[in-house]
Amino acid sequence: MEITAYIVAASLCALGAFALRRRGAAAVITSLFLLCQVGLALWAGFNKGATSPSYFTVDALGLILLLCITVVAVPAAVHSGILLEEEQVKPSSRAVYASALIMLVAALSLGYLSNHVALTWVFTEVTTLSAAMLIYHHRNKRALEGTWKYVFVCAISVSFVFIGILFMSLSLMHAGSLDLGYASLLAHAGEMDPFWMKLGFIFIVVGYTAKLGLFPMFTAGIDAKDTAPAPVGALLSSVLVNLGFVGVYRVYAVVRATPLAFWSRTMLVALAFISLFVATAYMIRVRNFKRMLAYSGIEHMSLVTLGVAAGGIGCYAAILHLVMHTFVKSGLFLHFSQLFRVFGTRMLDEMGGYFDVSPFGALVLLLGFVGITAVPPSGLFVSEFMIFRAMFGAGQYALLALAVLLLTVLIWAFARSVFKIVFIPLEGRAAPVGTAKPSPWESVTQLALFCLATAIGFFPPASLVELVREAAACIG
Amino acid sequence: MTDLVLILFLMTLLYMAIANRMRSFVKILALQGVLLFLVALMQLKEYTGIGLAWILTETIVFKSIAVPCVLFRTIRRNKITREAEPSLPQFVSLLIATLIIAGSVLMAGTVDDAHLGKTFFVAALSAIFFGLYFIATLRKLLSHVMGYMVIENGVTVLALAVGNEMPLLINLGVMLDIFASVLILGIFINKIGDVFRDADIGELTELRD
Repeated sequence: MEITAYIVAASLCALGAFALRRRGAAAVITSLFLLCQVGLALWAGFNKGATSPSYFTVDALGLILLLCITVVAVPAAVHSGILLEEEQVKPSSRAVYASALIMLVAALSLGYLSNHVALTWVFTEVTTLSAAMLIYHHRNKRALEGTWKYVFVCAISVSFVFIGILFMSLSLMHAGSLDLGYASLLAHAGEMDPFWMKLGFIFIVVGYTAKLGLFPMFTAGIDAKDTAPAPVGALLSSVLVNLGFVGVYRVYAVVRATPLAFWSRTMLVALAFISLFVATAYMIRVRNFKRMLAYSGIEHMSLVTLGVAAGGIGCYAAILHLVMHTFVKSGLFLHFSQLFRVFGTRMLDEMGGYFDVSPFGALVLLLGFVGITAVPPSGLFVSEFMIFRAMFGAGQYALLALAVLLLTVLIWAFARSVFKIVFIPLEGRAAPVGTAKPSPWESVTQLALFCLATAIGFFPPASLVELVREAAACIG
Repeated sequence: MTDLVLILFLMTLLYMAIANRMRSFVKILALQGVLLFLVALMQLKEYTGIGLAWILTETIVFKSIAVPCVLFRTIRRNKITREAEPSLPQFVSLLIATLIIAGSVLMAGTVDDAHLGKTFFVAALSAIFFGLYFIATLRKLLSHVMGYMVIENGVTVLALAVGNEMPLLINLGVMLDIFASVLILGIFINKIGDVFRDADIGELTELRD
């Protein structure tokens, strides 16, 4: 009932924002929608386990990610407002932007809570559409290229997931059931046909890598995060990735309950490692700040996947890592808005001496850097350490050594770029060429997100620990 | 009888591998739509009334009339050159298409399933992988769109195979088909065609590392 109300409210807000092209309408409607979003999160928090209408269940994983998106959506909307004001956008573009933003956040929230394979997939499709509208926001050649690549790769990946679902349904028919809900799949896992399940798992995982940001479909996300406005990049690199994780995780939970457990784990580890290699290789040569953040996202998703594959404490750590990554990465993307206004570019070579221009901004950027590279006191350090411990416990010594080596290179590459931006003055230029000096107040949201991640890492509230443990329990 | 139509469907893939005009590709896609219509007509015995009419309309009206018309118009309007400009010679292309089909047949050999005919499996898998191969080797963006349509046709074959048991999935498949095709074609026609004339992947190089 409550979720139906949310769907109706979100649809009305999206339509309203699209139709009412008057000045100020977009901001008011977006605020209204955010209230609905907070309402949904509160309701879900107090009604864990509720199923409302039959296709949505508030389970532990869904609830955690719903809370994450609610936390991230507010600053993303605020910074979108600042960005649209700064760019003097026409009311019509503003309307499209607000409408697509509402659609994206609503589709993601509903996707997390879906308890049916096909429904998760449907919401993934909706995110492709809404993300495409947001990526195309600047309406220039570059935005078009990014949108085209994103839509095309996502269309193929969504077809792949659908093929996987078809194979899963064939596998399920052998168990004498036609109900593709996750609960039914788990209950029948033992009797399902292994051949079709294998094929289904391959196609579903490969399909979702476009959203999750792993090899082989990660390219779409990189270009999208590069071309999209920074607040949109914040959503694409954190909460959208989480939807990809949900898609893979829930199916993996089913496959893991069968004799295919070892095979599926090996496949995840292989994908994660290739992705980690790719991320490292690109990190070393990347010259664009946003793409650097996007490749760092691949790194983190590889670690999360490794944690899930290691099982046990690794799975717990993976979900915790996902939560903290959501906050830190979206904070960094949001900070790019300010960075862009100071330097007027996204290329690393043309940035420098940030500390002299905006000491508070530079401090926040440094904190974000510490957070994302998982150097203590970053909260991610805790979860990363637990993932490594789980890999050690699972006897994956060689993999662990390789992962640590690659991570060291990644941290070095990241540090090189960030320290250059913050400390090394630009040669041959007296001052940056950006249009305006952003107010330090704008960085407060990012600071709050980074602090939140650290707090969760070192002093996790008991209720969150319980939730993460429950979400991890289905992998065990 | 269904097998015969599916084998015809496989042959269209082989023809697609050696065709060298953009217009031939569009004609093949239209023909594939008709073949899918026939398969749906023969396969979906449990369907009656609106459900059947909806799927038949999708295959015949959408796949073999609407999409080809739009593609023809795009070719004409953007003055896209007639040659497909494949990056591999036709012989190699034909060989690869044959290998894809042979691989699918071999894979189908290991399948023994009452719920899924082997021919369906071969046709679907071949179309999906051929579509990917097609996208990977042709330079024009419009031919990428066509490669995607081939993948979609493969997905439809697969959905038809399980359609009797799982009507939900077949409806979702139709939805995916229409949604994704309209999205891709919409962007292509409204934007790509104007900004990148006679677009090929050589022009999409601004986003890279």
